[in-house]
Amino acid sequence: MSDDKFDAIVVGAGPAGSACAYTLAKEGRSVLLLERGNSAGAKNVSGGRLYTYALELVEPGLFERAPLQRKIVREQIMLLNDRGATTVDYFDPSFGEEVPQSYSVVRAALDEWFAGEAEAAGAMVAPGVVVDGLIEENGKIVGIRTGEDEMRADVVVAADGVNSLLGQKAGLFPDAKPHAVGVGVKETIELSDDLINARFAVKDGEGAARVAIGCTEGISGGGFLYTNKGSISLGIVFNPEQAGRQTRHIQDIFQDFKMHPAIHALIEGGTSIEYGGHLVPEIGYHGIPKQLAREGFVVVGDAAQFGINTGLIIRGMDLAIVSGLAAAKAIVAAKQPADVGALYRSQLEQLLLIANQQAYQNFHGIFEISRIFKEYPNLANDAMHFLFRVDGKKPKPMLKGILETVKRNVSFGKLLADGWKVYRHI
Amino acid sequence: MTIKRFSPEELLGLDRFEVDEGNPHIIVDKTICATCKGRACLVACPARCYRLNKEGEVNFEYAGCLECGTCRVLCSDGGVTSWNYPRATFGVTFRCS
Repeated sequence: MSDDKFDAIVVGAGPAGSACAYTLAKEGRSVLLLERGNSAGAKNVSGGRLYTYALELVEPGLFERAPLQRKIVREQIMLLNDRGATTVDYFDPSFGEEVPQSYSVVRAALDEWFAGEAEAAGAMVAPGVVVDGLIEENGKIVGIRTGEDEMRADVVVAADGVNSLLGQKAGLFPDAKPHAVGVGVKETIELSDDLINARFAVKDGEGAARVAIGCTEGISGGGFLYTNKGSISLGIVFNPEQAGRQTRHIQDIFQDFKMHPAIHALIEGGTSIEYGGHLVPEIGYHGIPKQLAREGFVVVGDAAQFGINTGLIIRGMDLAIVSGLAAAKAIVAAKQPADVGALYRSQLEQLLLIANQQAYQNFHGIFEISRIFKEYPNLANDAMHFLFRVDGKKPKPMLKGILETVKRNVSFGKLLADGWKVYRHI
Repeated sequence: MTIKRFSPEELLGLDRFEVDEGNPHIIVDKTICATCKGRACLVACPARCYRLNKEGEVNFEYAGCLECGTCRVLCSDGGVTSWNYPRATFGVTFRCS
């Protein structure tokens, strides 16, 4: 490179940006990693679970250096109604063996570490820099502007997150649409490891991840809970359009969830230490822009709207890392900047990111069934109530009682229609 | 603070902000909001930056903004006329999310 030009400028030191910068630096490329927060992670919020395979793809064993929280060995699904909760708890120690499948993470720690790895590998890392715009010459992106300064590179990698203002400025996609994102709110609650271990039946270093439905006042969305080291991440992701059409503030609905007796018992004695809000790409494959690159420019991670939400599996950071890696490999393989776009696309396919997105491509359609978020969780709890209730009176016949319970919550016609809809979308 | 139902002020009080006084990163045109029927921002902004004042107008306060982009995405009538990130070193800093 010449003195005043980098091989690549990566904008945003989240998992996508740092994976890209780390890989490029290791390949001996000159790379500048810019971050608008005072440190990497300072502007980031996520639920917090990272599927480990993505770090393994970047470099086997890399995860062992990362400040990960607890390896997840309990997968839990919670169905709430006003009164109580039905929780399915799947314990699978194999998820924690060898390279554990996933870990809870805290972004301030994770992102700062990953940016540090990129720096140690030779990337120039500059936090506290907000990129204002792109430099375009002869139809190509050739650099970025920040305040009065211009910085130039063969390729600009936009890892600037779900709101990707740069992707928009580059003309790759129009303004974000509300149907394509979820709005998440979250509290981080400090709680001793002893209490976490006892309440979630896990050992030191092991943890639980929980999704919850029935906590959104019927709005499409769901709650989440992750156990960290010495803290719990608790939050809800809402469909913003539906949230906007009703009258209760999402903060209030979230506080109801936190204070629900079945949740409160898990966090009691803890201390809330942070509150966050963030958008998440929500509709998976169909939300990914058709064009992910133009000459001198690629988008990665949330900026490219990569994300998978099956209701049980929620993925973003792993896809971000894989896409950052794909972009880096494309840049390394390209003979000229014009080749990067096609090579990036083929790397996304080789690394199976596209196949993963496609496998769940219609799942978000399931979340259009409004009854999933209120009637069905209520039905589950009603049924449990009927099955476990003993009061000395003459019990109802089992079948009659169950049918009555179902009918109280949903008509059989709707039940069939919803079943068919789920079948079609998976 | 122990576990209890938090007011909006208590929630934002958990966070660290460096406010860029006199330099809002989001510009809202109240005259557009005045005729907006949707006003989804009032219930969906995680920081409750958008509130109705006594006159029933939408009031925007950027000081507690979490920089999430919900208003940018949700604003239906164009009342959010400009949306940017705060200048370097300003805005929210998350330490344990």
